[in-house]
Amino acid sequence: MLFPLNNSGGLRRVVVTGVGVITPFGRGWASNAQGFREGKRAIGPVSLFDVSTNRSRIAAEIREDLELGETRLSRRTQGRLERAARMLLIASREAWEQAGWRGETRIPLILGTTSGGMTLGQEFYSQLMQDGTRRGQAGRIMHYVPQRQGQDLQQAIGFDGPITVIANACATGANVVGHAWEMIRSGQAERVFVGAYDAISQLVYTGFDALQALSPNPCRPFDAQRDGLTLGEGAAALAIESMESARSRGADILGEITGYGASTDPHHLTQPHPEGLAALSAMELACRRAKVTPENVGYLNAHGTATPHNDRSEAAAINAWAGEGASNLKVSSTKGSIGHTLGAAGAIEAAVCIMALREQWLPPNVEIGELDPAARFQLVGKPGSASFEYALTNSFGFGGANASLLLRRAA
Amino acid sequence: MSGIYVCGIGAVSPAGWGADKLSDAVEKGSKFPGEPVKVDGVQTTGIAARVPAPPSRPAFLAHPRLRRSSPISQFAVAAALEALGQQTGTQNTAVILCVMSGSVNYSRRFYAETLRDPATASPLVFPETVFNAPSSHISAVLNSNAPNYTLVGDAGMYLVGLALGAQWLQEELVDGVLVIASEEMDILTTTAVSLFERRALVSEGSGALYLRREPTGAVVELEAITQPISFVGRAEREPALLEVRDSILNGSTRSLLVESRSDDSQWNRLETEVWRDWSGPRLAVKNVLGEALSASSAWQCVCAVEQLRRRPELQRATVSVLGLNQQAIAARFAVHHE
Repeated sequence: MLFPLNNSGGLRRVVVTGVGVITPFGRGWASNAQGFREGKRAIGPVSLFDVSTNRSRIAAEIREDLELGETRLSRRTQGRLERAARMLLIASREAWEQAGWRGETRIPLILGTTSGGMTLGQEFYSQLMQDGTRRGQAGRIMHYVPQRQGQDLQQAIGFDGPITVIANACATGANVVGHAWEMIRSGQAERVFVGAYDAISQLVYTGFDALQALSPNPCRPFDAQRDGLTLGEGAAALAIESMESARSRGADILGEITGYGASTDPHHLTQPHPEGLAALSAMELACRRAKVTPENVGYLNAHGTATPHNDRSEAAAINAWAGEGASNLKVSSTKGSIGHTLGAAGAIEAAVCIMALREQWLPPNVEIGELDPAARFQLVGKPGSASFEYALTNSFGFGGANASLLLRRAA
Repeated sequence: MSGIYVCGIGAVSPAGWGADKLSDAVEKGSKFPGEPVKVDGVQTTGIAARVPAPPSRPAFLAHPRLRRSSPISQFAVAAALEALGQQTGTQNTAVILCVMSGSVNYSRRFYAETLRDPATASPLVFPETVFNAPSSHISAVLNSNAPNYTLVGDAGMYLVGLALGAQWLQEELVDGVLVIASEEMDILTTTAVSLFERRALVSEGSGALYLRREPTGAVVELEAITQPISFVGRAEREPALLEVRDSILNGSTRSLLVESRSDDSQWNRLETEVWRDWSGPRLAVKNVLGEALSASSAWQCVCAVEQLRRRPELQRATVSVLGLNQQAIAARFAVHHE
């Protein structure tokens, strides 16, 4: 039964045994770890659609061919997949193989996205309004819905199980990881596969541009002169299981998820409360559930979109959360490197934290000029090694969706 | 005893604004007439049953968040507030919203503006296109800081949402949970549904259950929810529904079955066949109100709870959901008469 739960076994520890990621840095752990560790930047002119009349004309696009490689999908199905679904499959394949899961059934799949197969939705609309013919429309609508992208993922890799799609705007990548953590911790599942993905589409790009949330220049999180975000695209997938499950099969444990907090900021649909009260609540809840205090957290991966409102609000929340220890807290936003990947961001940033914890480095906040005086913490300005056990990652979104994840270095 | 109770219900449907109107219509059993949907000169092949205008302007529309909101948000807020009733102190009330089609009116409108000229696309419309805009509005109306999730999927997702809310309550993360499903009509939706179900009556609206740990009023308990069983191809639907049936079967003459089948659907016979041995009374909500995607299963749950309250001879109600393209799942409610 999904409900009521039989969790008489108590709360369980939850670990990550597979990570897959594709970003504008490329596909795979190695190329992304290198990009984030060295503080590279992958932002350039938009090539996916015409932006000649937009305010902003840049983005962090994935430039490589989204070839799927080994897959169980038919050629026909492959031909129907659009960019976002392809990114999801590429990241998922890497995570699945790294985890070494084989012949599995009934594994819950938790997906996060803000726009799923939006490019197919755009095509569906355009054809309906132009000539109204049915040709190709059924295929478009089938593959537009995110649950179908989950079904394609399961078929491509070879597993089954219930699919849950969470769409909590830009917090959703963290929510899916947190939801998996809750399911395994409570005994609802032994293993959960998680994927978060979003591709840049014309509708979403224009939406952020219309809100004047996009900077015409590459974004500068926590810079006093910041003037907006840069959109990015990508996907991350994580194979998550109980510590007992991982140990029993001798799996390589990449990191541990120790806490998760979610909260809602009812202040405004698109702007956070200036004091970041709900963000603070999510951070505190994640740490409280892990029984970890802020002094133990060696690195914080900020949501850090580089919009004036977000960074000011998040800085206030971080300052309040860290208290007197704020001046020693190391913080960066990796969105300066690959832009804001929306629904994928929280999961990609969790993956970056797992990489950094495992290899003991800190991803720098690229090209910071003058630090916003609201930030009382240490912004990681240069690449470098570090010794730390816990990393906290924040993800906040439209509608006041807030989520924080606490991750621990594998012992 | 699960210890999780349904403390309120709410609904907006083609039958009107209110759970009582929904239940009355389903009890009566007369199918709502459909009409073609036309937008910007484009008329689709499908037909739809629309939500009528409310008898008076809902008070919640005065909230600043709802000034520009689309029907999906207004339906969701109305059902949520009706389910909440006179409950006060809602700051720790979680919101779980389930959608399949989502904010499709504003998405179509914003994309049309984008194609016309990105430079003049409305910044007021875009935020309302985001999947979680309606659920965010509900939290804002409640001034709640508690978690707020939007789940996307077929009608089965509403029962997954109920289970998630119940889990949050059991872990004492929140004081109460509103689980809502909401959908709005659009030519994109009617066209999409008609590609797969040519005779379908497509409808719109919302349904909500308010869950708490403490029972209030007529005590209806959320007793059990099965695991969702996924399917992809046609051949996988029947075994999925059979597995669900076998894991929740508790039929008796005092148990109500609220089905997701519709006489218009190609899957009608399958669901009828799977539940053929049910000995108690049955209700088929879609037969009256049409296909409202995620809202359909919320209506089923609202009807199940209301029937348990209205009919003292009933002890339990089972809600069976065979979704359009994802999963089969079922839930069971029990009433504890004083």
